[in-house]
Amino acid sequence: MNRAVARDGMVTGMLRRIGAVGVFFGALLAQCVPALARPRLIVHQIYNAGARSLIIVMMCGVFVGMVLGLQGFDLLQRFGSEDALGVAAALSLLKELGPVVTALLFAGRAGTSLTSEIGLMRATDQLTAMQMMAVDPMQRIIAPRFLGGVIAMPLLVAIFNVVGLFGAQLVGVQLMSVDPGAFWSQMQGAVELNDVQEGFIKSLVFGTACSLVAVYEGYHSEPTAAGVGLATTRTVVTSSVLTLLLDYILTAAFL
Amino acid sequence: MRPNRALEIGTGLFVLLGFAALLFLTTQLPGSGARLGGPQGYVVTARFDNIGDLKPGSPVTLAGVRIGRVAGIDFDPTDFKAVVTLEIEDRYSQIPDDSDASIQTAGLLGGKYVGIGPGGSETYLHAGSTIEFTQSAIVLESLVNKFFANFASGRDSKEAPQDAQGETP
Repeated sequence: MNRAVARDGMVTGMLRRIGAVGVFFGALLAQCVPALARPRLIVHQIYNAGARSLIIVMMCGVFVGMVLGLQGFDLLQRFGSEDALGVAAALSLLKELGPVVTALLFAGRAGTSLTSEIGLMRATDQLTAMQMMAVDPMQRIIAPRFLGGVIAMPLLVAIFNVVGLFGAQLVGVQLMSVDPGAFWSQMQGAVELNDVQEGFIKSLVFGTACSLVAVYEGYHSEPTAAGVGLATTRTVVTSSVLTLLLDYILTAAFL
Repeated sequence: MRPNRALEIGTGLFVLLGFAALLFLTTQLPGSGARLGGPQGYVVTARFDNIGDLKPGSPVTLAGVRIGRVAGIDFDPTDFKAVVTLEIEDRYSQIPDDSDASIQTAGLLGGKYVGIGPGGSETYLHAGSTIEFTQSAIVLESLVNKFFANFASGRDSKEAPQDAQGETP
């Protein structure tokens, strides 16, 4: 299939690829409901995609929060409103940095492993063997991995946000001596449930997009060592670009 | 079965952690959400003509020291005044009951807060008491409007006699 795409021109190739992803997405969604009948498989994938990404997400969250604390303090200090640091950190984490950075990390940490795993199954004819045994690989392999990613992503983003806030508080309050009461109360005064909701919807969309790209690239990778490598690279590139593109569209829609 | 068990426990922990984080974000961050813990205090009310953009959660200060927060803002439909509920921490229990409350702004662009000016009474504020003397928020726009209105009327009154003299002959 990818070979056929390569023969097309650039524009038609791109269109075909988008169309193929769309068709694949439809088929995947149709298989998601029967896949729910095997929750163990999904739990396994939540563990793979979510629990194993936890350390890297938390570490990055602390550092992103700390940088926000430093930069925000430096900027707000010029206007004499350091107290607004809590608001600045909370809103930028909730609405932008949390979902986007977590999605990029997710694409690099979980997306690649999904793609290479499925790609290797394809290369070693495991998927074909399943089909010969009348087991639908979409239902047994692809859908649980996709669902696991979709479920894990919002949870990862929430953890990232909390840890990031902790990092911002660490730098702002402990290091730069912003008043802790002002830090929290201004934050609570300015953040609304809508902001949390916006971040949550973004994380759901990014989770769907990144998981879809990962399983699609794996499922359609060329059954060679080089093909699996190429598919893994494409997963990271496509997921990252798609995340930032969707982020712009969603932000524009929410404003 | 053994590795499966560890895996499921790990997943359970992860999901629990994720939901705890979500719960924290939805309840603790927005000012309207329910608050867990925090210092308990006693509640007094103050009535203002205009509270500006005072919000629940804004600080209450005395001599610049934070002594509590704005717990709630209501509206009294009989005399069209804003009823602000102030939650003051228990350790600041000796505030004279003839103290005044004014709504002030932190810095030029900062948020509004309630400043308490201590009075001289021997009796203290207690739960449920009302602060009688209040000063409303200074709304910058109305101040600017007033200034320009005065400025314009001052210029008019100077120009008016000249016009009158010019036209009468």
